[in-house]
Amino acid sequence: MPVPDSLHRGSLRRRFRLLPVVPSILLLVLFMLAPVAWSFYASFTNAALSGKAALNPQWIGLDNYARMLTDSVFPLSAWLTVVFVAVSAILGQNVLGLVIALLMTKSGGATASLVGTAVIASWVLPEIVAAFAAYAYFSQDGTLNQLLGMLGVYGANWLYAFPMAAVILANVWRGTAFSMLVYRAALAQVPRDISEAALMDGARGWQRLAFITLPIIRGSIATNLMLVTLQTLAVFTLIWVMTAGGPSNASTTLPVLAYQEAFKLGDIGYGTAIASVLILIGMVFGTVYVRLLRRANS
Amino acid sequence: MTSLRREPRFTERRPTAVAGRRPRVRLAANAALAVIGMCFVLPLAWLLLASVDPHAGYQTRWPQSPSFANFAAVLTPELLFVPLLNSLLLSAGTAVVNLAASVLAAYPLSRYQSRFNKPFLYAILFGTSLPVTAIMVPVYGLFVQLQLLDSMPATIFFMATTTLPMAIWMTKNFMDSVPLELEEAAWMDGASGLATLRRIVVPLMRQGLGVVFIFVFIQAWGNFFVPFILLLSTAKQPAAVSVFSFFGQHGAIAYGELAAFSILYSVPVLVLYTVVARGSGSAFALSGAMKG
Repeated sequence: MPVPDSLHRGSLRRRFRLLPVVPSILLLVLFMLAPVAWSFYASFTNAALSGKAALNPQWIGLDNYARMLTDSVFPLSAWLTVVFVAVSAILGQNVLGLVIALLMTKSGGATASLVGTAVIASWVLPEIVAAFAAYAYFSQDGTLNQLLGMLGVYGANWLYAFPMAAVILANVWRGTAFSMLVYRAALAQVPRDISEAALMDGARGWQRLAFITLPIIRGSIATNLMLVTLQTLAVFTLIWVMTAGGPSNASTTLPVLAYQEAFKLGDIGYGTAIASVLILIGMVFGTVYVRLLRRANS
Repeated sequence: MTSLRREPRFTERRPTAVAGRRPRVRLAANAALAVIGMCFVLPLAWLLLASVDPHAGYQTRWPQSPSFANFAAVLTPELLFVPLLNSLLLSAGTAVVNLAASVLAAYPLSRYQSRFNKPFLYAILFGTSLPVTAIMVPVYGLFVQLQLLDSMPATIFFMATTTLPMAIWMTKNFMDSVPLELEEAAWMDGASGLATLRRIVVPLMRQGLGVVFIFVFIQAWGNFFVPFILLLSTAKQPAAVSVFSFFGQHGAIAYGELAAFSILYSVPVLVLYTVVARGSGSAFALSGAMKG
């Protein structure tokens, strides 16, 4: 509700109204825009943590980006990132979250709320604690192998033998709560009489789901896919604690690679180049996300 | 906007004609949910059992001689109290900066119509989608240049900026739901915009501001990567970082103590989450999910 303009006349006064936004803009420019701009700039230099290049970084053009293509680790790391996002976020969290939300509409109150609490608990815990729990679970003498042992199967040393599978499952465990909450809220808004009318017409369960429920919540599905993709793209702590990107880069996703290049090897230039690629991917998804929301709001 | 609008609280559906007529569907759904729930609880079970088992390993087992020895062992100033105090400073500072900046910014966005509003709101929404882990490399470089490394206030301002876009969105939405009539009366009496904000709007949206505060606090409390990169001296590091160093040094031996440490560090956010989730249902839960 806008204030009647007779109360505040004059364009100067109107401009002053926006003054309270200035502190927020300052923070965002200083701590978000500036680092992003600096990232793109530094990615064209040989900036380093120590040595001659630390004091006086040289402009080296596209060398860092050319190095990505010849580097043996970067293509692998980019591929692992795609696998990590596709399997743990788009397939894992998204589908499992939808399944849990759907099951909850069919189930009784007590089971639904107990399971909801369990799913949310792993998500509210601090990142590092969740990562320790996942580390313990997948380690050689951990809970998973104990369970397999009860079934008579001798389990592998998951963190070394199948590091990607371990971090993907851990990320599904950690992040599904978000999708579950999105879909619970979305399903609660599906008008009852629509699905009941379908029932009268004799629509079977899965047909109702495919032709009625899912099309109604497609907006939520799109938003959720965007958000879980962006969240999973940025996962660092979980992987760092569980495998540290290893063994021999077998679970080095791009955030881990950027960290290793910049802080372990001291190559800030190459590290920021990798970070810039990630930021660009985030920008593409961000643009699509804002478009989606604008269309939904207008 | 699924995640930003206040969603109506999820209400449990009463058993309908459909479910009532088909108890088998309900039973199957319950069974499937129970299995999924078990999978989610298992990794946490280790944490709880190991914390009270002085001889804990990575196996999940009932402690033979359960005791609070692990808790007693980590309850020391350098292991627990100083890091927790640092976490508190960092998280409370981040939340205060967020609250102050976002209340100020939300007021003109909510109360005056301007061509500036929509582009600004969409721009900061865009800001929420930048991967924070990627920004850390340039932020480190920037902090080195500006000699801000190992500075608590600088770290607080940076962490506040990463959650600021969400905080502004939430605060604006809460402010939109405060009726305008009372303010109009105050304006008629000649009060300025900011005075009205302080005396009328902020008190009316106390609960919403509480939600924003806790939302930011929880994120800052759980943040590992940012303080891990920006705070170098152990005396300033929060629990998230110190528990990681503890794990690196003793993790392979003192499993039980690691579990006890983790639990003590997690309790505050679990309590805060429960408080807010009770009050505002899924609205908070959804927006709280915008973790970097």
